[in-house]
Amino acid sequence: MLSNHAANQRIIRKDPLLLRALLIGFTFLFLGFMVVGPTLNVLYQAFYLGWDVFAAALMRPDVHSAFRVTLIAAFFAVAFNMTFGLAAAWAIARFHFRGKALLTALIDLPFSVSPIIAGLIFVLLFGTYGYFGPFLKDTLGLQIIFALPGIILATMFVTFPFVARELIPVMEALGPEEEEASRTLGASAWQMFWYITLPNIKWGLLYGVLLCNARAVGEFGAVNVVSGRIPGKTETLPVSIERIYEGLSEEAAASAFAVATLLVAMALVTLVLKTFLEWKTLNDLKASQKEAAKDAA
Amino acid sequence: MGAKVYRALPGFRLSLGFALMYMSLLVLIPLAGCVIKASSMTWDDFWITVTDEHAVAAYKLSFSVALIAGLINAVFGLLAAWVLVRYDFPGRKLLDGLVDLPLALPTAVAGLTFRTLFISDGWYGKYLGFLEPEGSVGHWFGPHGWFGRNVATLDVRAHDGPFAIVLVLVFVGIPFVIRSLQPVLAEFEAELEEAAAILGASRWQTFRHVILPALLPAWLTGFALAYARGLGEYGSVIFVASNIPGETQIPPLIIVKQLQQFKYEQAAAIAIVLLFFSLLTLLFINLLERWSRRYDPAR
Repeated sequence: MLSNHAANQRIIRKDPLLLRALLIGFTFLFLGFMVVGPTLNVLYQAFYLGWDVFAAALMRPDVHSAFRVTLIAAFFAVAFNMTFGLAAAWAIARFHFRGKALLTALIDLPFSVSPIIAGLIFVLLFGTYGYFGPFLKDTLGLQIIFALPGIILATMFVTFPFVARELIPVMEALGPEEEEASRTLGASAWQMFWYITLPNIKWGLLYGVLLCNARAVGEFGAVNVVSGRIPGKTETLPVSIERIYEGLSEEAAASAFAVATLLVAMALVTLVLKTFLEWKTLNDLKASQKEAAKDAA
Repeated sequence: MGAKVYRALPGFRLSLGFALMYMSLLVLIPLAGCVIKASSMTWDDFWITVTDEHAVAAYKLSFSVALIAGLINAVFGLLAAWVLVRYDFPGRKLLDGLVDLPLALPTAVAGLTFRTLFISDGWYGKYLGFLEPEGSVGHWFGPHGWFGRNVATLDVRAHDGPFAIVLVLVFVGIPFVIRSLQPVLAEFEAELEEAAAILGASRWQTFRHVILPALLPAWLTGFALAYARGLGEYGSVIFVASNIPGETQIPPLIIVKQLQQFKYEQAAAIAIVLLFFSLLTLLFINLLERWSRRYDPAR
């Protein structure tokens, strides 16, 4: 992102020392108070009553169940949205067709839908009084709302755009030349995808999967509406945090924060991986530019 | 589709077909179901539901807290983006990485931690006693204070109410303005600033008349993204808003309440209003992005 950092050190661009010190200090204060403080507070509150309460909270069976439900929902959301992202990016970045601009715009739609509405629409379709709910329950014995399938659907909805919107610009930037070359040399569609496309887009794909996963694990509003919040059955980690905190005792608060540390840990791992992937993509881009320059010369 | 496949690449029908089917099943049909549900009401019922006193109070609250949080982020985000791109100092990379934390941290965790930060014995709340209604600043806003008597009574306790909602919305909106501005600032050509300086512009004039106009589209986009995020936010807000109808109840909480009472049509009606406003914001963002390309010589 900061490729021409050296250019910023030019004399003309130097702000007065006092202004620089003031603005840097201000940025530290702003991000410190708004981001670092709240995050450290999670750890402080989690260990407020000591290690035993922290450990006990993580050993609770309802927390284990919530952990499992969260992982299952995130797995399905990532798997489906990754497949969709690959398909959509291939169609949009490699072909021309009518309605392409509309399709690209519609992919972002779930981002502008409030998570509560994301939950609501599935209740309207599959709930006890919904359009398809009674039919599915009576004929197939399939319960969707207040059960795992509903949680998976809601999570899939809110994480729908992530992989596609990362992949489309990556594929567009790469261009179709290598894939076309592989086809003229006799590669099958599968070989082309496996040996050319996938290696080229792998960092962008991982980046999208990472963001998709982070949002899937952390989704609260949509899951809250469709899950029915049955402890030990249909709770995800974020939902269980709210219920545990509502116990309104010091121990309940510390336990809720103990569960929250799991999510903070996940967020920090996500950030580190994200920085790594951004660095990797930048390096690959530079390498391919250098090669292109060599070819030109 | 009337597709014109002019490249020798395979899989057009398969990939587009799958993408369209998946998007229809997961996104379009469920959203259409919501519209159909709301349209099963008569127009009068719909209008009564969406203009209900508490619903209107909730929209107003939501718009105003998202707006204030968006503006705070616009100002602080511009300063932070400037510092992160222009200055070199120890800890810059770490700060830059931290900017994304609000995106990676589940909103429920954000709400939970903000709630305990600002209670009277929380890390921040300890030092904010002056904001309590009896405190040295807070009493100005109470029924006997100057502001309370002459403008409006406000409860500025920071752990439960509109102020707390603004704070969590600032938190969730931090990445948007900074990440929108950074690439534009980083790509900004030094020659333009040098030219301005040679022609006798002061540093401030250069910023005001050369740099700021180029930043404006990205700045507005970042603001609009933060605002849109604030409008729909639920997970973090419910921890700091006490859900009092007409006072601290945001629209999503009304939808949840109606769902609990099996009032599906009414819930869908409120949802339609929210969808309308978020689509309006989305349209605005798209227009801004188109506008910003005016400045981009590559296109």
